[in-house]
Amino acid sequence: MPHDHHDHPHSLLPSDPALRVKALETILTQKGLVDPAALDEIIDTYENRIGPKNGAHVVARAWVDAEFRAALLADADPVLAEMGYYGRQGEHMVVVENTDEVHNMVVCTLCSCYPWPLLGIPPGWYKSDAYRARSVREPRKVLAEFGVALPAETAVRVWDSTAEVRYLVLPQRPSGTEDLDEAALMALVTRDSMIGTGLAVSP
Amino acid sequence: MKPEPVFEAPWHAQLFALTVHLNEAGHFAWPDWAERFGATLKRHGLTRTLNGGDDYFLAWLETLETLLTETGAAEAEALTDMRNAWETAYLNTPHGAPVTLD
Repeated sequence: MPHDHHDHPHSLLPSDPALRVKALETILTQKGLVDPAALDEIIDTYENRIGPKNGAHVVARAWVDAEFRAALLADADPVLAEMGYYGRQGEHMVVVENTDEVHNMVVCTLCSCYPWPLLGIPPGWYKSDAYRARSVREPRKVLAEFGVALPAETAVRVWDSTAEVRYLVLPQRPSGTEDLDEAALMALVTRDSMIGTGLAVSP
Repeated sequence: MKPEPVFEAPWHAQLFALTVHLNEAGHFAWPDWAERFGATLKRHGLTRTLNGGDDYFLAWLETLETLLTETGAAEAEALTDMRNAWETAYLNTPHGAPVTLD
């Protein structure tokens, strides 16, 4: 096959799905349904500007500001909108709080619904069949594989996301962080702790 | 702490952006998309375990192609022709030169 040559006489041939995506983009652009500049803008936003640090910002503020925390748990949408973290798909956000009594964990058994504005694009494991099926069936086992061991008296509650409702876990504030400010606390909030497959890091 | 790459392959990002863009432009509602995509994943998952990487976006691509074919935004035959035209363009373009359609 010519493209197996070491010195690549022609441009490296993209994979079949990559060619199909190019075809879609070309046809839709020709029809005026798609603006290539808008596509670049969306990619740039998700690659560089939206990520778990948005969610960490929300969590850290909830740890230091009781009034904010109460409002966030009561009705997250207006609170998040005020911070600029609203969904592109018009989804409804619900924040669920971890306590000594209950540990929350988020999954999407249907596909991979995820709070994009707060956490960015989901990691591969969140989209895998294994996580989607097992987190509902055997959440404690899945948590153990993520290195999360909970006391026996802590209940595990699994929230199944949909296209309309997305969940963010508010992890417990680690002990010994009383003196830290919002910015320092943000660094303790991992992506996994906001999905519920991890805990906030102790300083 | 080094962040993981957001998209594993450029075409994942391109496909994601295309879908978000079409949704925002009002070509389909997100719940409808999620339902179709979930059905595709379920169908694929019956024969093998999906790992959430390439196979996840392959299911995504199949869903979007089918959806756009059904709405008439893109005809299946035109998509195949365009895919093959891009393949030919890559094969006929010297390495390092920009690849364009004739």
